[in-house]
Amino acid sequence: MSHQPVKFYQTGTFTVGNRLLDESIRSVQATKTRSNSLNSGHRACQGCGEALGARYALDAAMDVSQRQLIAANATGCLEVFSTPYPETSWQLPWIHSLFGNAAAVATGIAAALRAKGRSDVRVIAQGGDGGTTDIGFGCLSGMFERNDDVLYLCYDNEAYMNTGVQRSSATPPAVRTATTMPLGAEPGNPFGQGKFVPTIAMAHRIPYVATATVADLFDLEYKVKKAIQIRGAKYLHIFVPCPLGWGAASSDTIKLADMAKECGLFPVFEAEHGKVTGVSKIRKLIPVEDYLKLQRRYAHLFGKAPATDVISKIQARADENIRTYGLLDTDVR
Amino acid sequence: MNKPFAITLDVGSSLANKTGSWRTQRPVYLNRKPPCNHQCPAGENIQRWLYLAEEHQYEAAWRVIMEDNPFPAVMGRVCYHSCEKVCNRGQVDLPVGINSVERFLGDQAIKHDWQVTPGAPTGKKVLVVGAGPSGLSAAYHLARSGHAVTVLEANDKAGGMLRYGIPKYRLPREKLNVEIARIKRLGVDIQLRTRVTDFAATLAAGHYDACYLALGLQRPRLESLPQQGALPVLDAISVLRAVELEESVALLGHVVVYGGGNTAIDVARSAIRLGALSATVVVLEARDQMPAHPEEVREGLEEGITLLNLRKIIQIQDHTLTLEIMVSGEGRETLPTGQTEALHADVLVQALGQAGDYSLFSSLPQEVTMQNGAVLVDRNGMTSLAGVFAGGDMTPSARNATAAIGAGKKAARHIDRFLSGAVESACLPQELADIRWMNTRYYSEAPRTIRPILDVVRRTSGFAEVVGNLDEDTALFEARRCMSCGNCFECDNCYGVCPDNAVIKLGPGNRFKINYDYCKGCGICAAECPCGAIRMETEQI
Repeated sequence: MSHQPVKFYQTGTFTVGNRLLDESIRSVQATKTRSNSLNSGHRACQGCGEALGARYALDAAMDVSQRQLIAANATGCLEVFSTPYPETSWQLPWIHSLFGNAAAVATGIAAALRAKGRSDVRVIAQGGDGGTTDIGFGCLSGMFERNDDVLYLCYDNEAYMNTGVQRSSATPPAVRTATTMPLGAEPGNPFGQGKFVPTIAMAHRIPYVATATVADLFDLEYKVKKAIQIRGAKYLHIFVPCPLGWGAASSDTIKLADMAKECGLFPVFEAEHGKVTGVSKIRKLIPVEDYLKLQRRYAHLFGKAPATDVISKIQARADENIRTYGLLDTDVR
Repeated sequence: MNKPFAITLDVGSSLANKTGSWRTQRPVYLNRKPPCNHQCPAGENIQRWLYLAEEHQYEAAWRVIMEDNPFPAVMGRVCYHSCEKVCNRGQVDLPVGINSVERFLGDQAIKHDWQVTPGAPTGKKVLVVGAGPSGLSAAYHLARSGHAVTVLEANDKAGGMLRYGIPKYRLPREKLNVEIARIKRLGVDIQLRTRVTDFAATLAAGHYDACYLALGLQRPRLESLPQQGALPVLDAISVLRAVELEESVALLGHVVVYGGGNTAIDVARSAIRLGALSATVVVLEARDQMPAHPEEVREGLEEGITLLNLRKIIQIQDHTLTLEIMVSGEGRETLPTGQTEALHADVLVQALGQAGDYSLFSSLPQEVTMQNGAVLVDRNGMTSLAGVFAGGDMTPSARNATAAIGAGKKAARHIDRFLSGAVESACLPQELADIRWMNTRYYSEAPRTIRPILDVVRRTSGFAEVVGNLDEDTALFEARRCMSCGNCFECDNCYGVCPDNAVIKLGPGNRFKINYDYCKGCGICAAECPCGAIRMETEQI
């Protein structure tokens, strides 16, 4: 297991803070001095998982780099809602160029810092799943294979939300989007398409690849802090529910992220040099149905005549993840 | 306005953009009432003292208990802890062992000799009749309010049914003695061997400003059974009293106890300890209908007592009891079947309840209003005599020690108000902290630490205490299983999970504040609050 939860102290490390824990093991988010890298006043929707994930990740990175941090941002929700001219929510040096070149811009920043001999400043590139897995994928792969000293953060909300919820290569099967309508024999996004970029990143044998969700803060902070301290290319894929695009209640953002992990659909692990070195075990296994039902993008699978065949195909994907990554712990936790 | 087209703000921070205007509902912090507090007959603030115990603040935790209950070490042993039955943690894994933590805190207080201080003197004198749990509780609270309290007790020692009704194996006397001594140190004058026979004269002689009657129920309620021959028939109250005073009591051979309450089980368990060949409890009701506490029945059965449920004694012929077999009817009713069976007995103990002794009222010029053998009181706990209050077993109430302690506390509050002329402060009813308001995924999995129970053989051979102590580590662990239902325990979740940084952390002990300038009302803080201390309220637009 990558992050070992502290247990038996009422809430252990499951909550953001815990007055019973030693201060040294409390999360960055629990401190009054966190940098709030993405500040109030941003225009993300109510309950935005991406805004939350970005602050979680960048505050941790700011903390561990002593606030010597530069971020390059791809086009997407994160850029649009945080930086409509003339205002910005960012509390760190931040640059936006194009949709597809965040990794390349970050590579340039890293090269400039190297030329200036500034090894203390750390570089982050970040974007949504569209800017990462589709449009920016070429630049990203180049950054990986050159092993540039950049941490790439992908906030995965499983579609192009900013432009009106269009399918991306990270959209799961059966999902309704503006471009995969729930019509015809196989409603929603087809099975057998799309990609899971963390495993592609691992294939580059870069020093560090990990996945995380906004529902497990300690795990997320542990992974960001670890990645920032590694020299070379790093990739962190953060699962961030989108209330608007998923048709979910704005208050369910963290709940959905937790359920995605607990049903096995989103495996949480870390890998070094292409090999999985740690897995977050499922705490209490739930059927995928519980997770799907809360989202209107899956509404066509339920109702009077539930599409049990489709649901069982989604369940099979979760089961495969559980087998592949060993997500179930036979030991009693 | 020297700004470009469609630009309204200066270049700068997004803080100028007050996103709070999007909100249609707002999060509000609140305290909900934890089910344990709600249930506790003594009105203890259980969640609060567990919170302090979690932080190793044992003395502070103990002082919170002492706000409501002067007997933590005693109640940590004999309370039937109905709080644990309603504990929300029971729906997650197992209820918090509240009773064992209370006992641990009570014992810590004895070990470290923690004391309480009396209130500033008010110059008022209050008489308390009866030094049982209710009378002592009232005396304690009255002394803390600064009144001069005199307690009159007919017996040789104070404690009432705690001493003369609860056997030593459930309540070691040194614990009771220390907690009574602590009440005395507040300046409460307990006069023993002083039976009040002429109430009017006693009241007049002492120039009391108010009086609390906590006589309890001292007389056994006996059923007259058709008897031939010389089978000794005793009553449970006298038996338990004799056991306490270590007087000889003829509980030998095959002992039969008639009754289904805790007293009946206590007698049977005492008989086993005194060397009886067998102890059989004849109970009219079915096992699940009998009034005795299930835990006590279970411990009794483990020690070798026998239960005969749905039996009624109809005749005694020498050493043979004729029992009629009953069947359960509607509700608690039992119906005869006409079938009988025989049971051998060397001694029969009747444990069919108790009645009050109100002979002290006989000298009064006016009648005291009674109902079904109990003294009737108004909503302020006052009897039909002005300034004379009553509570505990002698008034219509739940009849157990915890309820009696709670009654004492309430009476003290009413008497204090009566003496000072203060009006009752209006107190809004608090919403109950139902588990549906909570998010239990944040609590660590942790099974309950089971109190080590002395093995059966050891405890049946004497009056050693049956239920053991928690050591500090396990007590702390147990306290930390508390989910703090409905009351913020500063887990920082709301502060962390807000996507808009709209929660302000005020620092240890001061909790949090919502920044409504930026709160968009998404509701994540309320959904992810483990203990249900945030409520979403619709905005008035």
